[in-house]
Amino acid sequence: MAVPDQPTDLLRFITCGSVDDGKSTLIGRLLYESELVLDDHLSALEKDSRRFGTTGAGALDLALLVDGLSAEREQGITIDVAYRYFATATRKFIVADTPGHEQYTRNMATGASTAEAAVLLVDARKSLLVQTRRHSFIASLLGIRHVAVAVNKMDAVGWERSIFDRIAAEYAAFATRLGFEEIICIPVSALTGDNVVRPSDNLAWYEGPTLMRWLETVEPSRGRADRPFRMPVQWVCRPSQDFRGFAGTVVAGSVRPGDPVAVLPSGVTTSVARIVTMDGDLREAQAEDAVTLVLSDEVDLARGDVIAAAGARPEVSDQFAAHLVWLGEAPLLPGRPYLIRFGPTAAVAQVMTLKHSISVNTMEPIAAQQLAMNDIGVCTLSLDRPVPFEPYATNRDLGGFILIDRQSNATVACGMIDFALRRAANIHRQALKVDKAARAAANRQKPCVLWFTGLSGAGKSTLADLVEQDLHRRGYRTMILDGDNVRHGLNRDLGFTDADRVENIRRVAEVAKLMVEAGLIVLVSFISPFRSERQMARELLEEGEFVEIYVDAPLEVCEARDPKGLYRKARAGQLPNFTGIDSAYEPPLAAELVVPAAEAPPEELADRILRYLEERGVA
Amino acid sequence: MEARTPHLRRLEAESIHIFREVAAQSTRPVLLYSIGKDSSVLLHLARKAFHPAPLPFPLLHIDTTWKFREMIAFRDALPERLGLELLVHTNEEGLRQGVNPFTHGSETHTDVMKTQALRQALDKYGFDAAIGGARRDEEKSRAKERIFSFRTVAHRWDPRNQRPELWRVYNGRIALGESIRAFPLSNWTERDIWDYIAAEGIPVVPLYFAKPRPVVRRSGTLIMVDDDRMPLNPGEAPEMLSVRFRTLGCYPLTGAVESRAATLEEIIAEMADARVSERQGRLIDQDQAASMERKKQEGYF
Ligand SMILES: Nc1nc2c(ncn2[C@@H]2O[C@H](COP(=O)(O)OP(=O)(O)O)[C@@H](O)[C@H]2O)c(=O)[nH]1
Repeated sequence: MAVPDQPTDLLRFITCGSVDDGKSTLIGRLLYESELVLDDHLSALEKDSRRFGTTGAGALDLALLVDGLSAEREQGITIDVAYRYFATATRKFIVADTPGHEQYTRNMATGASTAEAAVLLVDARKSLLVQTRRHSFIASLLGIRHVAVAVNKMDAVGWERSIFDRIAAEYAAFATRLGFEEIICIPVSALTGDNVVRPSDNLAWYEGPTLMRWLETVEPSRGRADRPFRMPVQWVCRPSQDFRGFAGTVVAGSVRPGDPVAVLPSGVTTSVARIVTMDGDLREAQAEDAVTLVLSDEVDLARGDVIAAAGARPEVSDQFAAHLVWLGEAPLLPGRPYLIRFGPTAAVAQVMTLKHSISVNTMEPIAAQQLAMNDIGVCTLSLDRPVPFEPYATNRDLGGFILIDRQSNATVACGMIDFALRRAANIHRQALKVDKAARAAANRQKPCVLWFTGLSGAGKSTLADLVEQDLHRRGYRTMILDGDNVRHGLNRDLGFTDADRVENIRRVAEVAKLMVEAGLIVLVSFISPFRSERQMARELLEEGEFVEIYVDAPLEVCEARDPKGLYRKARAGQLPNFTGIDSAYEPPLAAELVVPAAEAPPEELADRILRYLEERGVA
Repeated sequence: MEARTPHLRRLEAESIHIFREVAAQSTRPVLLYSIGKDSSVLLHLARKAFHPAPLPFPLLHIDTTWKFREMIAFRDALPERLGLELLVHTNEEGLRQGVNPFTHGSETHTDVMKTQALRQALDKYGFDAAIGGARRDEEKSRAKERIFSFRTVAHRWDPRNQRPELWRVYNGRIALGESIRAFPLSNWTERDIWDYIAAEGIPVVPLYFAKPRPVVRRSGTLIMVDDDRMPLNPGEAPEMLSVRFRTLGCYPLTGAVESRAATLEEIIAEMADARVSERQGRLIDQDQAASMERKKQEGYF
């Protein structure tokens, strides 16, 4: 018995269109006509068509083949990205099927990130919609360069050539700004199957390929093979003392034993000794191969480092300009530290400035203070350490990243690096002769930050004041940073929105850090409602230098005390964004010290704090 | 000669990449091993991912006690053949209550002996990442599954609250008690699996190859009489037919197909002509529409 031929090649593409353009029907048609719909699925489809179908009695509703989740079937909408598979004699296809409704930006970006080509649906009766422009823009942003515009429902416009020609001309004019390498317009009817897989007599005036034929022949420029070699290290393979290999996927170029390579960000150079796989050593590894490299020298190398051609290294930087697509439910807060991940490479990143957002409809820049879910923006990012990278247009793996919220662990954004900021390369830290240790020694103390957090009226300032008095009396060099006082000076430009609160804490944390370097014991008394920012402050300092003190008093108690009359005002609606009332307070999960401020007099609580400092050898 | 076509090589590399991400991002991963063909491929790819080091995680088999005997024999030979650590877990409480597919029906049996058993085992060993061999082409609700699929402390899957997954950047960050299910074979089809088994010479359970076996016909399905725990209906007598299995599970729940395909080449040729999907022989998917989706939400693989 002869084994039927295997498809040899793989194409990943994305389909997009507005709701009801016929996308599900079209994909169903592609599956159906490539005979991938099997009998049991077909009988389930007949059953479903009777129950949920929209194509009328007796007819198969091919859209139901691809609408996966029951919630979707009931509501008749597609919620998320779904992946479909079919193959012809020449190619295997992976289709990212993305929905056309409101959350399209987020889902489309996801689907487009791995796609090499896009099929954009246009309803012939409606011609180009705002949605078509949006989808084209997102496809272009995520780096897709080959696009087929499927002008669908040609049956409903009498197979009229002039209608098709008008849409094709309109699209060509619109798309000139998007940088696609190839655009083809194909008239089809997903409902009847004309020109989807089979050429159509109804469309005899059309001379180009059917949609399927185009999918089988499109040649995405994978051009990665002739680029310089790059491999991010995923895993250090060390089964014994005698073997140390670096496992990863080659993301550009090729490599052979003997090739000189550099390890980034350190910049150390060595050469490749072996390319190890379970099938034996290779003479060459190419882009997309998953291999394990053994290097000629003992070099210091960890997950997230990049091994690259020594003669053509990627840049290393800690500040970038990038496009961001916001995916999270909560908006972007400039200044808040997020985790950034480029493949296996991880760091902590803050958005320094949000330059503007971009209208997906017009592609024009719009002034913006924040990014909400599905917004696209241009920003500058600052990382806590330099990482190897390439612009996204050159390499998706070294230029594409995600941002992760450090509290919820949700993936909140994806981004594409445009370029590194020059200033990062040019500002070098000044090496100073008199350092922190020297200043601490001169003060004969262990500098640190006592960070008091808690609701307004919990007693932070009172406690900080009592503790400082005692330290001062005993000769320690101290400084107090109080929320209200700092807001009168350094932070007087800031209000009480979430974004401003983040910036408020960022500045105070930086000031506190400078004071620790000056050798002081710093008492910070700020509501500091968010865990993320307290964590940021902690990470600015060295291990043991940050003492978080949670001044824990129930809201009712604080509100009853109301020393400054603020709760009354907030309840009356005169103070928007007041912590505890209409703005959240996130209590610490692992504070060094929790003081129950409603249960004992302040003097006793201050004593507890002083005893703790004594135990820790601070004072 | 290179037996893997370029498209199999791309699938292989992608799976290896996923394995390395799971191992690097989790503290206590485990490979869920179900003895079938997908598990055979999964295990083969795992070994490739970490070669020359041994697997950085153990294998876990959830034993319902109703697997085919040949499956268990294949499983038990594995640790020695490949030098691996294999854990086997059975829901002892379910066993004590005598839960079985005949008297309790396939739904209860699957829930108690598979879904609950899996949750028990994950909690018992404290695994924070479980690697499975599910493929997106198997079933509709799987088409939207992520490669790194986030599960709550209660092991639940929420299809509306999944992390967006871009490029090949996987977010495996979790809080204490939460976990990740990872699916390195997401983009493989049944055909790819067999082509790869043929190209790489991967051993699989002999039940996949046709041979005369004792079967009875029940509601249009051929059920193999694998041991004497199977109650026969009055007048029902096993007949010897040349059959094979396209998927393997609990024998009372797994339908055989009549076939003469006794070699890999014959299986692949037969599949190219096949007009029914592999899961059709699986009684558990047919209990009700959307049953897989519901089971997944409850923590089933
Ligand atoms: N006349 C006509 N109707 C179509 C065609 N393709 C899809 N439809 C109908 O348009 C509606 C929306 O189709 P569907 O595939 O669900 O659209 P989706 O929202 O883009 O997935 C359904 O009623 C389809 O039957 C077509 O080529 N011609």
